[in-house]
Amino acid sequence: MIDRVALFVTCLADTLYPEVGKATVTVLERLGIEVVFPVEQTCCGQMHANSGYPGEAEALARRFVEIFEPYDVVVTPSGSCAAQVREHFPGLLGGDDGGVPARTWELSQFLTGVLGVEDVGSTYEGTVAYHPTCHSLRLLRIGDAPLRLLRAVPGVELVDLPAAEECCGFGGTFAVKNAAVSAAMLDEKLAAIVASGADGVCACDSSCLMHIGGGLRRQGIDVRPLHLAEILAW
Amino acid sequence: MVGGRGPGGRNPGERLKPLSAPLSAPLPAPLRAPLRAPLPAPLPGAARDARPESFPQAAAAALANPRVRANIRHATGAIRAKRAAVVAEVPDWELLRTAGAAIKDEALTRLDTVLVELESSVEAAGGMVHWARDAAEANELVVALVRAEGADEVVKVKSLATDEIRLNEALEGAGIRPIETDLAELIVQLANERPSHLLVPAIHKNRAEICDLFRDRLGLPHLTDDPAELAEAARLHLREAFLRARVAISGANFAAADTGTICVVESEGNGRMCTTLPEVLITVMGIEKAIPRFRDLEVFLQLLPRSATGERMNPYTSLWTGVRDGDGPQRFHLVLLDAGRTRVLADPAGRPALRCIRCSACINVCPVYRQTGGHAYHSPYAGPIGAILAPQLEGETGAVGSLPFASSLCGACYDVCPVKIDIPSILVHERAKVVARERPGVEGRALKHLGRAFATRVGYERAQRLGRSLQRPVARDGWITHFPPGPLAAWGRSRDLPALPAQTFREWWESRDDGA
Repeated sequence: MIDRVALFVTCLADTLYPEVGKATVTVLERLGIEVVFPVEQTCCGQMHANSGYPGEAEALARRFVEIFEPYDVVVTPSGSCAAQVREHFPGLLGGDDGGVPARTWELSQFLTGVLGVEDVGSTYEGTVAYHPTCHSLRLLRIGDAPLRLLRAVPGVELVDLPAAEECCGFGGTFAVKNAAVSAAMLDEKLAAIVASGADGVCACDSSCLMHIGGGLRRQGIDVRPLHLAEILAW
Repeated sequence: MVGGRGPGGRNPGERLKPLSAPLSAPLPAPLRAPLRAPLPAPLPGAARDARPESFPQAAAAALANPRVRANIRHATGAIRAKRAAVVAEVPDWELLRTAGAAIKDEALTRLDTVLVELESSVEAAGGMVHWARDAAEANELVVALVRAEGADEVVKVKSLATDEIRLNEALEGAGIRPIETDLAELIVQLANERPSHLLVPAIHKNRAEICDLFRDRLGLPHLTDDPAELAEAARLHLREAFLRARVAISGANFAAADTGTICVVESEGNGRMCTTLPEVLITVMGIEKAIPRFRDLEVFLQLLPRSATGERMNPYTSLWTGVRDGDGPQRFHLVLLDAGRTRVLADPAGRPALRCIRCSACINVCPVYRQTGGHAYHSPYAGPIGAILAPQLEGETGAVGSLPFASSLCGACYDVCPVKIDIPSILVHERAKVVARERPGVEGRALKHLGRAFATRVGYERAQRLGRSLQRPVARDGWITHFPPGPLAAWGRSRDLPALPAQTFREWWESRDDGA
């Protein structure tokens, strides 16, 4: 029985989306789980790894493992950061990872796969289109875990997002280095969101939501970007 | 010449009647184009002699062309759906992928002995084997072989290896006329452009454009854009070349070391004509195409057509072993091309790129390729595989050094790769090589600073506070919509950015702890 988890909030949620971190705490505590926040935590190093700075990435991975090694379960509200820890840390650290990668879970994976919970008592109401982020889908393979959680929210009406599994065009520094291509990819995603008729677009990664949300606002599209944790904590 | 002969005798069908009236009938005005109507200028970057530029620059030109983007979106979308359907019906697809990867890895791990075995098998069957260190050596070899036959033209099977070494230019420079016989490759050749897709080299062109091209270059002013009519025009043009040519040049999809058998997989039958009709056949193949055993083809001939064209089986699979008296080419030359492959082989992290069987499934699912098309890659190897292969083959410098960054790392390519090349991981590996080689720019310095800051809690929290004070001049109502010059300006061209909130999560957490 798991009654305590360490929260890895991610540098992005900590700094830019604190509401996502708070929502994650709310959901976990509502399920009777004690949340610990190891305050020494900073960043998993994904941005460095993916941008071609393996030295910095390795140092941050080592630091992450030291900080989270004392905990049995680490939960994070990010598919791509969880994927960095679970899928890439073992290679980056040459196996010297204290077993932390295998104990680190993305939120929806933890709720459905580890706790075996789908209904978390959310009272959110609205039409929601779910965008499966690339790393949660194809690297972490969380499958339909977020959808099962959303379906269990009585007030959520899930609508189909056309070509849902297509990348939104974020890709970290790709969005800046290849800004025009990234924007063209985003245009397709925004058109799909509009076509879905949803009033909220939900994902398990704040980074992709920052990209989609930034595009929605620029184009004056009245659809709200929502992290899964925010809907579940409602 | 075929000029003016037209598609007489064919029944064009009712639907296209107004456009496909018999040639003797008076033609509607739009069809009375002059024989040498000026063709639209090639797209920037499409021309055969286009100067390489970095991917973001080349992509900007492609993005500005909605016609090409629409052509590519339509074509890749169609192949992609077909592939998904025929892959889904194979119950052991994942096992086939694993087997394909394992066979290729075996061949690559002991390529030295596999190649020597291939050489002796080909020679035992009456073929000749030549080794080429680089493009220049391969081109010299082929030119010399063609000259030795006294030929001044050659027919060619579609071949990426010969595109890579720019054999056509070398042949033309030596006064030898290369005739591409694959329909799409012919289209690209007639337009004096470069291929934009591994498998569908003219994917950037629609049939109206192809019709204009054929009218002009094949001298068929009355041609319509009915696909059957276009194919017939190409067929008539090519048939003479097949019957006339004494030398053919092909690539190879696979070469079995134990038997010396070469395999070419194709759809149109032009490859079969090239590999059987002329007296002399010259095959140029990258050394990574060697597989240990003939029976390994069983795996690849299942993986390739389904991944490539979305067909259960491709229409033509040509297999030949050396030469045979009175049957097919009487002289066979196999040119084994290195051209950077041994360098790729020496890097264990980049090596799996050499497993590639050139199916182009990764290209058809790539969201970046869908926006830009293939010319932006400035390599015959476009899309995700091009972004890992071209930099490795050519060395990660210059324009080709921008290719590993031409990806959002979405991973769709890895999922469809029939030989399980972890393209995203190799992209990241290649990025590190480029970063290590280049002088750090703004991004490099920023990431180094962040790396140092994130190494301690104090540095990290200081960076958070610094971010909040730096954004003050540009943040309004919780958003940044106007960006100062710098890396973030590129973000701001199409996206707003939320401003950093007054309180970080950790500050909230501490205040919560204090309250509790």
